[in-house]
Formats: sequence, C-alpha cells, structure tokens
Amino acid sequence: MAPSKPRVALFVTCLVDLFRPTVGFAAVKLLEDAGCIVEVPPTQTCCGQPAYNSGDRADTKAIARAVIDAFEDYDYVVAPSGSCAGMIHEHYARLFEDEPAMFQRAQHLGNRTHELVSFLVDVRGMTAVHAHYDGVATYHDSCSGLRELGVKQQPRALLKSVEGLSLKELPGAEICCGFGGTFCIKYPDISNRMVGDKTADVVATGADTLLAGDMGCLMNMAGKLSRDGQPIAVRHVAEVLADMAHDAPPIASNQPASGHQDRH
Amino acid sequence: MQPTSHAFKANVREALVDTTLQRALDNMRTGFPAKRLLAISRLPEFDALRDQGRAIKNHTLENLDFYLETFERNVSRAGGHVHWARTPEEARQIVLDICRSVDAKTVTKGKSMISEEIELNEFLEHQGLVPVETDLGEYIIQLRHEAPSHIIAPAIHLVKEQVEEAFRASHTDLPPDRPLSEPRELTDEARAVLRRRFHEADVGITGANFLIAETGSTVIVTNEGNGDLTQTLPKVHLVLASLEKVVPTLEDATTILRLLARSATGQEFSSYTTFSTGPRRPGDLDGPEQFHVVLLDNGRSGMLGTEFQDMLRCIRCSACINHCPVYSSVGGHAYGWVYPGPMGSVLTPSLIGVEEAGNLPNASTFCGKCESVCPMRIPLPKMMRHWREREFERNLSPAPFRWGLKLWAYFAKRPKLYRLGANLAARTLGRMGRDSGRFSRLPLAGGWTGGRDLPAPQGKSFMEQWQARTEQARRREAA
Repeated sequence: MAPSKPRVALFVTCLVDLFRPTVGFAAVKLLEDAGCIVEVPPTQTCCGQPAYNSGDRADTKAIARAVIDAFEDYDYVVAPSGSCAGMIHEHYARLFEDEPAMFQRAQHLGNRTHELVSFLVDVRGMTAVHAHYDGVATYHDSCSGLRELGVKQQPRALLKSVEGLSLKELPGAEICCGFGGTFCIKYPDISNRMVGDKTADVVATGADTLLAGDMGCLMNMAGKLSRDGQPIAVRHVAEVLADMAHDAPPIASNQPASGHQDRH
Repeated sequence: MQPTSHAFKANVREALVDTTLQRALDNMRTGFPAKRLLAISRLPEFDALRDQGRAIKNHTLENLDFYLETFERNVSRAGGHVHWARTPEEARQIVLDICRSVDAKTVTKGKSMISEEIELNEFLEHQGLVPVETDLGEYIIQLRHEAPSHIIAPAIHLVKEQVEEAFRASHTDLPPDRPLSEPRELTDEARAVLRRRFHEADVGITGANFLIAETGSTVIVTNEGNGDLTQTLPKVHLVLASLEKVVPTLEDATTILRLLARSATGQEFSSYTTFSTGPRRPGDLDGPEQFHVVLLDNGRSGMLGTEFQDMLRCIRCSACINHCPVYSSVGGHAYGWVYPGPMGSVLTPSLIGVEEAGNLPNASTFCGKCESVCPMRIPLPKMMRHWREREFERNLSPAPFRWGLKLWAYFAKRPKLYRLGANLAARTLGRMGRDSGRFSRLPLAGGWTGGRDLPAPQGKSFMEQWQARTEQARRREAA
C-alpha cells in the first residue's frame, strides 16, 4: 500500500443518492478500510448517461464538464457502479475528441476512475473483508462493469471471505437483466420480459440472496422478484462486503434485514 | 420486403404473447452461444484472427473502388460478367434481363439476404417466373409467404409442427397419411421435392459471403449443399452480392472464413465452402454456361467515410443476433425488415432511413454483448448511439421522452437545484413507500410498474445525510 493515504472522491451515483444511501455509506466504509481518505464532492449530480444514451450530446457534454471540474483534483474517483464508472472511464474522452484540452482532462479523469469493488481489489490490493452474512447468495454481473471495466472476479474474491456466506453461481450471470437505463422506460414490454427471464434463473439457483454491483440492475431485479412474491433478498454487494447488510432491509422490502446474525 | 420497423412496438407486443414463437426462441437461446464458446475455446488465436479480420476489411473499405474494379476485371478474365446496381430496382431488372435472355421459367435460389433486400421473389413471380428457395429454412418460409427472421437461420421462429403444416398444405400430391413429425422426415421430404426443382431450373441464384478481388471468385458458405446444386446445375449462375463483400485475396478470405462459422454456428468450418470462378471451362464436367455477378450498392457507398463505415465490416455471421437478449425476447420479425438484432439495428436505418427504423437503435440496453462477440469487432452500441444522436438532432424521438429528458438535464446541470429536488424526492417517496418498501403503482411510472414493483427510497438522500454528518464532525472539531 502507498505510504500516504490516497484522497478518493466518491461518485455517489444518482440512484444510490436517491434510493439507497446505505450503499454510499458502505462504499465509504470499504474505502476507509482500504486506507483511503474519502471525500464526497458536493456539486455532483449524475454522470450524464441518460442524456448520452438518448443521443443528447450537448447536455451530456455539459454534465461531463461539471463532473470533470468537480472530480479531477483527486487521486482517484470511485463509484459503487460499473455503469457510472464506465461512463467516466470509457466515454468521457470520446465526447471531447474535437477539443484537445478537454479531451486530455477527460482522459486523465477517466484513467483514475474505478468501480468500487475492482478498485478495492485491483488498486488497493484488498483480498478479504471482515464481514458476516448468513445465507446463500448468487451474483449477477452487471453489463457495463463486466464489459467496460472487467469486473468479474473481484466481487467473487471478496465475497469468498465473508463469513457465513456461500456463493452459488447464477447460470447466465452475464446476460443483461433488461434495465438498460432509459431502455426500461422506452421499451417496458421487452425490459419486463428480460428481467422475468433473469429472475427465473435467480429463483432456480435456490439462493436466498441476490447480489450485484449496480443499483439500476438491482432495482429492476428486486422489483420483479417483489412483484412475483419471491422472498429473495436483493442487495448491493457493497452492503454485504462492508458488513452493513444488517443496517437496512433488502431493496424493495421493509422486512428486517436477512443474513444478519447478532454478534454482540 | 416492405419494412414494418416503424411499427416495432406493436410488433414486439405481438411477439411477446406469441407462445409458439417464444417456444422457438427458447430453443435458440441456449444453443448458439454454447456452441460458439466451445468452438473458439479450441482456437487460441481466435482473438488475433479477429484483429486480422478487422484490418483486412478496414483496408478494403479504405480502397473499395480499387478492389471492386480489380474484382470486375478478374471476373471478366474468367469469362463472367459483373453488373452494377445502385438500387433494388436496377438489381431486379438486371436479374430479370438475364433470366429472359435464356428464356428461364424456374429459378432456383441459394440463400441470399440481398435477394430479400430487393424483394426478388415477389418481383420474379410477378414477371411470370417461378423462384424456388432451396435452403431448407428459406424454403419453409417461402411456403409460408414469410420473410426470414434471422440472417443465417431464416426459419428459427418456427417449431417443427408449423413446418409439417406448411409441407402438408403445399405438397398436396404426396400421401396425406405419411409421417412428418420428426425433423428427419421433414428434411427428407424437402430434399425429395427440391431435387426435382434443381433439375428444372434454368437459372441458379446464390448470394456470396465473399468476393475475391485477385481471382474474381465468389464464395458461398452453406451446410446443406443446396447452394452447390443451385450454382452448378442450371445454365446460368447468377451471384447477388453487396459491394462490401469484396476482400483483396484468397488468403484474406480464408482468414475471415476461420472466424465465420465459429462465430455463427460454432462449427470449425461449415459443411460446404464453395468458390466459384467464372462459367464452365472447356473440359469441365459440369458447371454453368454463364456466370454473372450483380453488385448492389443500395445505400452502402453512402456509409463510407461516415461514423457508420465500420458496419460494412459485417460478415453476416449472426453472432450478435444469437447473443442479443432483446432479439431472443422478440425474434427477428419484430425488427420489421431484412436484418434483425444488433447488426440490423445499425444497418437498417442506414439502408431504409432512420425515419422508418429509428426504433431499432433505441431498442438496446447497450449491454455490449453484441460487440463482445462480433468477430469483426464492430462497435455496434457506439453506432446505435450515433443513430440516437442523429434522431435527437432532428427531433425524431418521441416528444414526451424528449421533454422528460430535457427537464432532467436542466436539473442535472444545476447542482443546487438538483440537490433540493433530489432531497425532496427522496424524502417524499421514502415516506410514501415506507410501509412496504416498494410501489406497485406510481403515477408517471406505469412503464416500470406495469410488470414489476418500484423499490422505494430509504428516506433522506445520501448527500443530505453525508452533509449532516460532515457538519456534525466539523462542529465537534470546533468545540
């Protein structure tokens, strides 16, 4: 580990901010456990993906500029989302291909932007966490993190160290859940069909917990499982890794947190 | 075929409730991806070959005029003819003139997506000719008066009971009590019926997977042998191909061939890979007396030099289609034109206009699977995004969606306002959803809650809580 603590800016992501703040606090804890100084730039809103994927280039660039302004002075930028981290890492520079100065800034920021769990493992060298979760979990690989940032083994490696948790692989773990940002609003019928296929696979594993690293996918899958009356706890992987699964009920549920064993 | 891409949403609704179609798609979902994975696992240099394939095609596209002219020269040298067609109309007329010149009645056809693109069968029938599809899948959908739903497996949307039905309805001279419930029986019957057609045909039309500039050869890749019978038995072999199919050398073609079948069906090589160079030569035992190549542009040259040029690398392997979760949910007909799935979502707007086909590049989650399996490394999501940009610039996207997006962007660009709004929304929705942790119905979110619940926010936003926490810490420090 580096001799001085790196200053890490947390990119909270709009869905975590709005729907699931516990994921943000779990991320802060994990980053601090990994020896980082965590700051949360207060002017952040969203990474701009809704505009980008809708073809609204002008607004995307305006939002990207604001993110670059707010985040570029930190050693690292970390987001508890492969999708938002991928947006900054992969796509910001593309937006400014015709503006050399901005291109350079975008690339500089992109190179130091990471998805949370891959940052912990690949950059900070974390190999285990101190956490406890009683349950059988299965893991969905969110598309952007998987294909844009290579997030695949890192969460599995850390989950292995969680006491009481056993991981059961999800067949078709790499198939999209049908969320797709604006896709789920523009084409709800297809989206609903895709998430139905996904949750059927989840139910078939027999796991009692479904984990993933992106709030969009998690809300989609949790919403479907909830509608179908499937009693499967859906959580962001950071909550389990940070040992904070007992702090809040699973997504789309007001049931008490599962997988928690009081150790006091 | 008449495009129905503008009706994509209606097509989708129909497809999703079509239980027979869904049964057929279920069969496909698991097959192709597993076979591809196995086939490429046996070829360690697969990724290096992809880079080579991309480089070959990029080089060709940068010098397309040169290689097309070289191809034409070498076709002539081998005794064949090249005909240039800018539009479907021109292509159809050229085909008709060639058929008329030999007084053709029956025309056999190997599988050709270009012939679907120019609606050749309908046209030939109208002119009094009898076109007969000889690829089993194409034959079945011809009997059913349908378009293909997939570029390499045209009848993948059907189950075998529907094939039996089509055969019994068309092959009325055969005994009605013959058994036709097994795939083998269906294949045997199609073979017997088609064999007669092969001998009757005066002209044989095939597509081409590659055109080889240095030799003037055309290449077809099939698994049924029907392509070979189509092109060797009749007096005339007519090849229908689009411009971008050309590659410089035999070596280049064989390099890309190593990618094709592995990506498509998971075979190391297809059962038949046939190279045709000119008509029958003196002393040849068989082969056609005439060899014609019709080269169709139909909008492709307009893609050169634009952000859509990379699409012209496509070798029609269908890997993107086979792995696309949207395609496997709705099938190919929903896309409303010849080319379905991710490759179609980029190509179709290029060929028939984004006004007609604007839905297609939008109907993607950008999951990226298509690009990750594309042997030619075509950045499909990136190009779909380009279409969305063009649509947005021209105000073609649906108005409510645009307003919603604009409103959201207005806030996203103003952090202070955004904060106020987000904090308020989180608190309000959090309170409303506190009892169950979710919403089963919510105004303006009907698209979402139609099929699933919407998780409720936990309450105060992260930023609000974080701010309170840091202020508290600051106060403690000051005290």
